[in-house]
Amino acid sequence: MADLTTDFLGIKSPNPFWLASAPPTDKEYNVRRAFEAGWGGVVWKTLGSEGPPVVNVNGPRYGAIYGADRRLLGLNNIELITDRPLEVNLEEITRVKADYPDRAMIVSLMVPCEEQAWKDILPRVAATGADGIELNFGCPHGMSERGMGAAVGQVPEYIEMVTRWCKQYYDKPVIVKLTPNITDVRKPAAAAMRGGADAVSLINTINSITSVNLDTMSPEPSIDGKGSHGGYCGPAVKPIAMSMVSEIARNPETHGLPISGIGGVTTWRDAAEFISLGCGNVQVCTAAMTYGFKIVDEMKSGLSQWMDEKGYTSVEEVVGRAVPNVTDWQYLNLNYVAKAKINQDDCIKCGRCYAACEDTSHQAIAMSQDRTFTVIDEECVACNLCVDVCPVENCITMEAMQPGEVDPRTGKVVEKEYANWTTHPNNPGAVAAE
Amino acid sequence: MSSPMTPGIAAARLPEDTLAKNFTDLHAPLAPHEAAVAADRCYFCHDAPCVTACPTDIDIPLFIRQISTGTPEAAAKTIFDQNILGGMCARVCPTEDLCEQACVRELAEGKPVEIGRLQRHATDTLMAKQRHPYDRAPETGKKVAVVGAGPAGLACAHRLAMHGHDVTIYDAEAKAGGLNEFGIAAYKSTDDFAAREVDWLLGIGGITIKTGMRLGAELKMDDLVGCFPAVFLGVGLGGVNALRSAGEDKDGVRDAVGFIKDLRQASDLTALPVGRDVVVIGGGMTAIDAAVQSKLLGAQNVTIAYRRGRNAMSASTYEQDLAASKGVRLMFNAQPVAIHGNGAVREIELEHTSDDGTGLKGTGETIRLAADQVFKAIGQTLTTDGGLELEGRKIAVTGAGRTSRAGVWAGGDCASGGDDLTVTAVAEGRDAAMDIHATLMGSK
Repeated sequence: MADLTTDFLGIKSPNPFWLASAPPTDKEYNVRRAFEAGWGGVVWKTLGSEGPPVVNVNGPRYGAIYGADRRLLGLNNIELITDRPLEVNLEEITRVKADYPDRAMIVSLMVPCEEQAWKDILPRVAATGADGIELNFGCPHGMSERGMGAAVGQVPEYIEMVTRWCKQYYDKPVIVKLTPNITDVRKPAAAAMRGGADAVSLINTINSITSVNLDTMSPEPSIDGKGSHGGYCGPAVKPIAMSMVSEIARNPETHGLPISGIGGVTTWRDAAEFISLGCGNVQVCTAAMTYGFKIVDEMKSGLSQWMDEKGYTSVEEVVGRAVPNVTDWQYLNLNYVAKAKINQDDCIKCGRCYAACEDTSHQAIAMSQDRTFTVIDEECVACNLCVDVCPVENCITMEAMQPGEVDPRTGKVVEKEYANWTTHPNNPGAVAAE
Repeated sequence: MSSPMTPGIAAARLPEDTLAKNFTDLHAPLAPHEAAVAADRCYFCHDAPCVTACPTDIDIPLFIRQISTGTPEAAAKTIFDQNILGGMCARVCPTEDLCEQACVRELAEGKPVEIGRLQRHATDTLMAKQRHPYDRAPETGKKVAVVGAGPAGLACAHRLAMHGHDVTIYDAEAKAGGLNEFGIAAYKSTDDFAAREVDWLLGIGGITIKTGMRLGAELKMDDLVGCFPAVFLGVGLGGVNALRSAGEDKDGVRDAVGFIKDLRQASDLTALPVGRDVVVIGGGMTAIDAAVQSKLLGAQNVTIAYRRGRNAMSASTYEQDLAASKGVRLMFNAQPVAIHGNGAVREIELEHTSDDGTGLKGTGETIRLAADQVFKAIGQTLTTDGGLELEGRKIAVTGAGRTSRAGVWAGGDCASGGDDLTVTAVAEGRDAAMDIHATLMGSK
């Protein structure tokens, strides 16, 4: 069984699965249960300044979208940071950390953008014995309208400034949590790095309206007939999160900056993918909120089995393995030619590949009288749509053509050499190959 | 009160509540959650095989998608557009041999999408919510006679009325519905569904039903043709084939269709008698329906004796399994040779059969089964041909039900072709109506 122990910024945890700062980590009861269930660490739900806590709405705070069989694909929320007194949270954090010294305990913070506010809270957090802090610069609703959360995360200069204060008044690791509600995630990441951040974590939730009640004409979740945009998370946001993670991992300015991956991690496979794109660990929320804490068992066993099969002996070995393969479109090999192939033994004859290709793509699938579906190599551009719409996994595959073979679509011999758009004759800005 | 072991033919073999339970819906309607889960499984296939397999060509992927997006009423319209008796067909269609057999998930997982039950969910929803969903076209002034108020006749009449024609349906029975009303197992059409469906269908307007009018008796073919520019015959098969075994006339030997009819019309199941030892002769749906219902009424031993092997049985595997699960014994390669008893049947003598490729032959070996009731379910025959040309033992038709006589169409079980299913009858009635409509309007 592979060793899942991770050392993230010097913070050790028995596995790379942390619970993200969110409702599951709002209080001692939940966190103790999470640790008992086997989670490697938690990021405690965001604390605010001393004084009367924030208040939440008293109606629904979550909205959802579903896949088949009402499987939850995306969740949004309009909940704020913790609505419990600061002192209560700090006492609980202290107790839990003392009882679970082997687990990572990170405290998420969000206080006003003033030096004194940070100077006040940081010593109190340090006194809990927690392993580090995460700066919540991402929450897109409620707090951002008060100049906190995403309102800070959208201004790189603020990120840098606050990060610097934290590094000045706190001597343990500082993780900066980034909002995806920006155009270029590399900018805030670089700002965090300049401010001295030990790591970034991403993504926070995405501005969203999940649905509109067509009877009341109110967005959901609806509070007395009105709705507000909320923060979107869950499996649906994973592709967005992974793209942003990869941008930071491969940007020369931030390359090597430790990343804690967040965004729709639901299975061990999702976690492995985030880790391969440069994350030292992952944070999970929606999957736990959908299925309960027990899902960590599958995450641990799955990651461990896969690592054994691949011969990886530590999570560290996997970190960033896929990063070198993330590139820009213009560097993709245009001499690579593939064709779709339908395995007739696996085909259930639903015809979805045919409908998709015939109606919306390249008319590259033939349908016979007896519903046998075959690829017309002369037309197939290997777009992958048939693979994507086929209900049977691996029934349709993309087969690479070998150099020397003739592509029946273009009549050209498949070249062995790599060639990309930068040197392509159709590119007005092409660089001469010679 | 009697019990399953009471000798002879007796009523009330089971307590009233047990009987009520036995004759509830074979498949309970899908609750909304179940319907949502079932609908989610549909792949929305291209040129879907289930549609090809449906005799009425219902756009099944579309109606299932309409259910899954929360519009079962629109789903029902999709169904009724093709099959106005979609409610009954959802209950009685052998879906395991039709749409569900063709479902790609049957191929993929051995578990088809539950098309029949989803169809019922849609049609029940609309029928409960809304009066008749179609508007009738302006009256054309054309009159059409439909003989037989079964599935073929009702489908034909509805389609004609919808196009503005004035339809008179004649039926020999005292009640409309045909086999839907009289011939289908009670647990497939509960709560008087057949009659309620007829009422709902008549909501289109323009249809008059005259009962107690039998072709060849009260009704004459020449009179009909004289009075109506178009006549549609959907008279079904009124006769029952004989066993041609010695002792067939003994008490306790009767047609399965008569037994099923009595059962369907019974207002009190505890008053309906059934034998202790029941033997059903035949291999089709009627045999299964009679046998299963005998068992549900409390018969102690029920046997279906079929002269050929299991594979030749026209009742589907599903129906065979249903019978077996209710405790009916299925006996193959056994044909009746004699019925014994002093006045009333006491035993039936069966001869084993085999087929070495040169045709079915008795082996000479016989066995006797105790029997105080024997049901004949070996096929039905046309009782009146209206002077029309026949093909085999049915009215010969070409195209959309055109008979040998101009102005006369036929469809359903009485007409050649088809497979004697409710759904086929509906398709034939509907298509004949469209042909009649075109003919009438073309001649205007």
